[in-house]
Amino acid sequence: MMLSAAKALAIRDLRLLWKRRGDSLQPALFALLVIVLFALALGSDSATLAKVSSAVLWVAVLLSGLLALDSLFRSDAEDGSLEQWMLAPVPLAWLVLVRTLTHWATTALPLIVCTPLLAELLQLPHAQLPMLLGSLLLGTPLLSLLGAVVAALTVGMRRSGILVALLALPLYVPVLVFGAGSVAADAQGLDGSGGLLWLAAGLVMALVLAPLTAAAAIRIALS
Amino acid sequence: MPQPQPAHPPILAARGLHFARNETAVFGPLDLSVEAGEALLVQGENGSGKTTLLRVLAGLLQADAGVIEWNGVPAARIDPLLRASAATYLGHLAALKADLTARENLEFLCGLHGQRSTQTIDGAMATVGLGGLQDSLARQLSAGQKKRLSLARLWLSPAPLWLLDEPYANLDLGGIDLVNRMVQAHLRDGGAALVTTHGAYAAPPVRTRLLTLGGNA
Repeated sequence: MMLSAAKALAIRDLRLLWKRRGDSLQPALFALLVIVLFALALGSDSATLAKVSSAVLWVAVLLSGLLALDSLFRSDAEDGSLEQWMLAPVPLAWLVLVRTLTHWATTALPLIVCTPLLAELLQLPHAQLPMLLGSLLLGTPLLSLLGAVVAALTVGMRRSGILVALLALPLYVPVLVFGAGSVAADAQGLDGSGGLLWLAAGLVMALVLAPLTAAAAIRIALS
Repeated sequence: MPQPQPAHPPILAARGLHFARNETAVFGPLDLSVEAGEALLVQGENGSGKTTLLRVLAGLLQADAGVIEWNGVPAARIDPLLRASAATYLGHLAALKADLTARENLEFLCGLHGQRSTQTIDGAMATVGLGGLQDSLARQLSAGQKKRLSLARLWLSPAPLWLLDEPYANLDLGGIDLVNRMVQAHLRDGGAALVTTHGAYAAPPVRTRLLTLGGNA
């Protein structure tokens, strides 16, 4: 039952994504825009660019995730889908987890796949690429899960806009610090794996706790 | 010492149910019960708390006082997921995705809630008079057709208790007759239904109990 519900939800999300593919490209295009603008602004100075490139990539991915956050539960709340989720014979937290991971796989994952190309654009030293990809692979699902809690908290509001960003940013800062920090440490020849381990630990905790918290928040928001 | 239970306890019963919003009573305290093969018609004016009552019974809202029993067992002692599979709720919001086709919408809702093994999506859509519209986008359907699509979801649901909030809204005469026939068939199969309506014009021709909510007074 839980697996068939998860499958139905994932298939629904992928179909919706395909039918609104213009909309779903927006966060990725936003990240691309930020990166290209940085590359253009610092273009003549490739040494500086190489120094900041990993941080720029991290910030661009984080901001694009923030942009996509509001769409996580809003339309489902407006058309009554969330009500049906709450009444389904599967735990709401499970559906929230599936929805969040599908959302991550369709917003953050394509960006991570493009990261080697974008890194080239920003003159990132090749030696740093594995560490950057590792930190993004661990960090972005953590961002999505933390963001799901915030999105669930604000789902009852008609216009949450900047509020989502304000609530989410304090939660995002440690992820950014450890993610970008591990790449920076690696660049200086230090061991960057400490940051990665922190991210991994955070991800494991968030995988369990974030869906439960978000489900509770949805129940409160819709009652 | 537990009370001796009748052979067939009602599918759903509530005693002393009371709900207040910001200290203003929305309804109650009230008692109700629905047995298998029976419909409970909840009547009342606009704003008399019909929708709130249904949402409380469905488990979307928490009652302030009172006991809800499913098959004679208090709701607090039942696994919430088990309770969820006992009832299906048709509310004002249709939970349809405008960008998906009618069939895709039903596939998702059946995946979420389960599906009666004796029914197919095509069969249910033909039953509600939407045969041939399986591949139309939900946004292209009229309000009445969307309602019929929700009724198809109901028809596919394996839950024994139907909680129907204003099922007659937006429907033409044929649609009203369709709701009545569906409720009749559902009760014949041993199900039960709770139907809210603001008028008596559309009572289904089945064994019916009546509950009238009397405004906020």
